[in-house]
Amino acid sequence: MSDASPNSTDRQSGNSKSALTRFFGSRITWPVLGLAVVLLFNAIFIPSFFTLEVRDGQLYGSLIDVLNRGSIGVILAMGMTLVIATGGVDLSVGSVMAISGAIAALILTETQLGMLGIVPCVLFAALAAGLMNGVLVAYLKIQPIIATLILMVSGRGIAKFITGEKIITVGDDSYNFYFDFIGKGHLFGLPFTVTLFVTLFAVTSLFVRMTSLGLFIESVGANETASRASGIHDKGVKIAVYVFAAFCAVIAGLIDASNINAADTMNAGVFTELDAIFAVVVGGTALTGGRFSLTGSLIGAMLLQTLMTTLYTYGVPSDVAPVPKSLVIVAVCLLQSPVFRGQLQRLAGKGGGR
Amino acid sequence: MNFIPKKWIPLLTTATVFVLLFSAASWQYEGFASMYVVADLFSENAFLGITAIGMTLVILSGGIDLSVGSVIGFTSIFVATMITDRGMNPIAVWMMALLLGTSLGALMGALIQVYKLPAFLVTLGGLFFARGMAFFVKPEAVQIDHPIYDSLGDIAIPIGGGAELGVAPLIFLSVFVIVLVITHFTRFGRNLYAIGGNEESALLMGLPVARTKIFVYTANGFLSALAGITMTLYMDSGNPINATALELDAIAVVVIGGTLLTGGVGYVAGTMLGLLIYATIYQITFFASLRSSLATIAIGVLLLGFIVLQKLIHRK
Repeated sequence: MSDASPNSTDRQSGNSKSALTRFFGSRITWPVLGLAVVLLFNAIFIPSFFTLEVRDGQLYGSLIDVLNRGSIGVILAMGMTLVIATGGVDLSVGSVMAISGAIAALILTETQLGMLGIVPCVLFAALAAGLMNGVLVAYLKIQPIIATLILMVSGRGIAKFITGEKIITVGDDSYNFYFDFIGKGHLFGLPFTVTLFVTLFAVTSLFVRMTSLGLFIESVGANETASRASGIHDKGVKIAVYVFAAFCAVIAGLIDASNINAADTMNAGVFTELDAIFAVVVGGTALTGGRFSLTGSLIGAMLLQTLMTTLYTYGVPSDVAPVPKSLVIVAVCLLQSPVFRGQLQRLAGKGGGR
Repeated sequence: MNFIPKKWIPLLTTATVFVLLFSAASWQYEGFASMYVVADLFSENAFLGITAIGMTLVILSGGIDLSVGSVIGFTSIFVATMITDRGMNPIAVWMMALLLGTSLGALMGALIQVYKLPAFLVTLGGLFFARGMAFFVKPEAVQIDHPIYDSLGDIAIPIGGGAELGVAPLIFLSVFVIVLVITHFTRFGRNLYAIGGNEESALLMGLPVARTKIFVYTANGFLSALAGITMTLYMDSGNPINATALELDAIAVVVIGGTLLTGGVGYVAGTMLGLLIYATIYQITFFASLRSSLATIAIGVLLLGFIVLQKLIHRK
């Protein structure tokens, strides 16, 4: 894969003011346009999509549903964005989600500790998972796809081992208000999951942009050797992003387990890593690393969820929904391919010549 | 260790691990060292073996294919539905299924090669597409009851010790022999190793890089569809959820078999050994009545060990 083409056009356009706006445009434009198209389609064909209802001081409707269900995707995409920005990828987040859900369900059903037990345990799990991925990538220099594949394969085994290979249901006797609140509670009239992902997005964005960490991440992704030469602890940066991705994954795992009131290790988080990668790529962060956009990933994840919810509204069975999703993935890849853009431009040029 | 070529070390390690594992299990569990168990190793994992051989070719070329599990699932439900619900002839259905799998592989290969798209993302698209289409064909399991399936089910080649090989392991072993010959004794095989080793050099040497790479994904599509058909022969049914996440097992088997994930180094014979290790681990958990999650964890640990080993050899 060559350099992301948006970047190369940016360089040519110099540093005038319009070029700057175009630069921001070229990254976020595609996902925003995509989202706008899907929403416009809904506005025309499913007007009820935009209906908001207030019941008991809480908002309900398809849009709220998108925000609620999309929360897991957004949270995973935040971690995945930073990993991809360093030139890596984390395939293990789905399995880490399953581990997190398994730990939570086990603590709720077997102990009286509640969240006081869950939080330190899942944080420790995130640290362990992130360290393992990070050390393999940073110190042993193993390709990220492969390094994280190990935990993707064995992580689900670990999760199944924790639950004893069965679905642990969090029933009435093990009810915990705080755990229940994570996935099903409401705050400020919105599902709590919305507060959760907005907070995570805001904190992460501020943290990487207000400190030099964001610059370090981009620098490691763009040129690892040069970053090391200029004094950046490239290995530390890499380990940090994998730990952060695992941290996002355990939060997503808690939401998922709280939502279904159970730890279903067979199905929890399956293919979510792929959705997260997709959201990041749609959001304009190239898989080759370097510049990243958390806002782009947020919109990418929302685009994906809106698309899915629209399909469900149309009665497309959830099992068949991956078909259109796959077409969008390939279309996005093609649009980012310099070869394909060249072909398009030549076609357009020919048309103009006549 | 200088007298052993460096590129053989992973393969030799794999062979050693397999011999040790099998011996230890035979010593520990009565009845493990029997031809029944050997026949089981091949029968139960025939479809995984077929797709792992295809995956070996893709990885040797320096690529990856995440779509194989979904293609197997799609093929199994497609074949079952066409035979049982539509009353079509199995042989015609197999041809259609092979054509569909091959076409998807060719399309993905072309997208990867012509538009220089990441194999990872394109085959991810293939994964979603084939799985979705599987549920589109039929969202639930379908039994197959057809004279051809019955007569194929009666095939049993005695391999001694009272054990027999059915049609599924026979297909797998045939594929293994054919691909082994192709990779070692044909121009395509040499091109494949050259491209995986260094694509730019291969291109400068005038080797048909584009054709070879597209062919590898096409062949893998064909083999995945064949694996799906083999699965229906073994199970006498099709199910859209069949072989979910099997691509991970296939990649694990290839890596444990000593093939470098960076491409260019590895052997189809190694993949066979990798599959035998994988199958033996599951057999052990069965004999010891352990939880199967332990087998998954063991395979993860083995995967870690082999990847680190590959890295250490590569570094020297």
